[in-house]
Amino acid sequence: MTKMTNITHHLTDELIMGYSTGQLSEAVELLIATHISMCDDCRAAMDSFDALGGALLEGDSQKTAPVEMSDASLEATLALIKTLPPLDTPKPASNLPAPLIDYVGGDLDNVKWRPVGLGVRQAVLQTEGDAVARLLYIPAGVGVPQHSHGGMELTLVLQGAFSDADGRFGPGDVEIADEDTDHAPVADPSEDCICLAVTDAALKFKSLLPRLVQPFVGI
Amino acid sequence: MQADTYSMGLESRFCGPVFHNAANSDRTPAKLDSDKTHWINCISRIRDSRDQAAFVELFQYFAPRVKGFLMRGGTDAALADETAQEVMATVWQKAHLFDPTRASVATWIFTIARNRKIDALRKQKRPEPEDLSWGPEAEPDQVDVLSLQQESSKLTEAIKALPEKQRVLIEQAYFGDLSHSEIAEKTGLPLGTIKSRIRLALERLRHSMA
Repeated sequence: MTKMTNITHHLTDELIMGYSTGQLSEAVELLIATHISMCDDCRAAMDSFDALGGALLEGDSQKTAPVEMSDASLEATLALIKTLPPLDTPKPASNLPAPLIDYVGGDLDNVKWRPVGLGVRQAVLQTEGDAVARLLYIPAGVGVPQHSHGGMELTLVLQGAFSDADGRFGPGDVEIADEDTDHAPVADPSEDCICLAVTDAALKFKSLLPRLVQPFVGI
Repeated sequence: MQADTYSMGLESRFCGPVFHNAANSDRTPAKLDSDKTHWINCISRIRDSRDQAAFVELFQYFAPRVKGFLMRGGTDAALADETAQEVMATVWQKAHLFDPTRASVATWIFTIARNRKIDALRKQKRPEPEDLSWGPEAEPDQVDVLSLQQESSKLTEAIKALPEKQRVLIEQAYFGDLSHSEIAEKTGLPLGTIKSRIRLALERLRHSMA
């Protein structure tokens, strides 16, 4: 799957920094990795937060000081690299972004949908942690009833588009909703809409690295 | 190891200039951290000729840093040592995927170490964005390489210049577990410029892949 060119709703710096520092649950990471596979703006933001990690790794403060490796470690690693096969990076043909392929076991045809009413279908993806990742299939023109979230819900459009009080969301767009969001998405009448939706009760705007990211907002 | 004495030692050991195309451009940055150039050179040597001596140099500098990173995140010494070995082996295995227009070698190794640390805690491999790699014919623009590496050096300097309290909080976020702490003051780190550089490099990459 190639990148999308018309993405207007992006990840927040808080989420991207959370991914870079490795503090998010697997389901949220899955959504972030999927969006970044489609969005070069957010990929550049991730790379710049990663650069901060790299700079710290090379830094010379007490907190980041190197720790001496064990005596045999170099020899062990040289032996290890001789056993490694060259890494080929096959790009499996799929109509899904790369990070999702393993979770559904292939492409959209492999998704094990379950009906949830009104023609809407869902498939919960296997992830560890409290957050839940699911694929949603909303038939063209159908609206998902208003629902509330204990915490944050992230919805990434993979195909088609939906609209709600926050606007219209097309392929690659991500909606970030919390308990205050009027969240009743309606799929465009022209095409069925497929989304990756992640709910994380523990993830709240006000508690996720609240001030930590403030210095970087605007990158 | 002191950075400046280290780079002085490296001058004589350099095989030669790494970048050939940038010399004639007036966009060429005036100065580049020679360590960064050296590490990129080592990765190229591993990629192109499976150069074990280049790998040993990378290992001796970066493995202890990766081990330190893992131990500060709570990993015990024996496991951190073993994981650092695996991280460095991955550097060898993935050398062809390193993109010097998007990351310094330290940044790239940081991401491998962080992902490995998370993988060790889970049953499934951490979800990562789709890899973008330069095709066999395309080579990264050397001006982009120099610009990005220079921005990385500036970022390192900017972190050093931070007040102690702020620097420690950022270190905790990346190296420890700071899920709900706060940093009140603005730090003004130059992440905006590095992001712009990377964004441009991605555009060129996409263009070359098209």
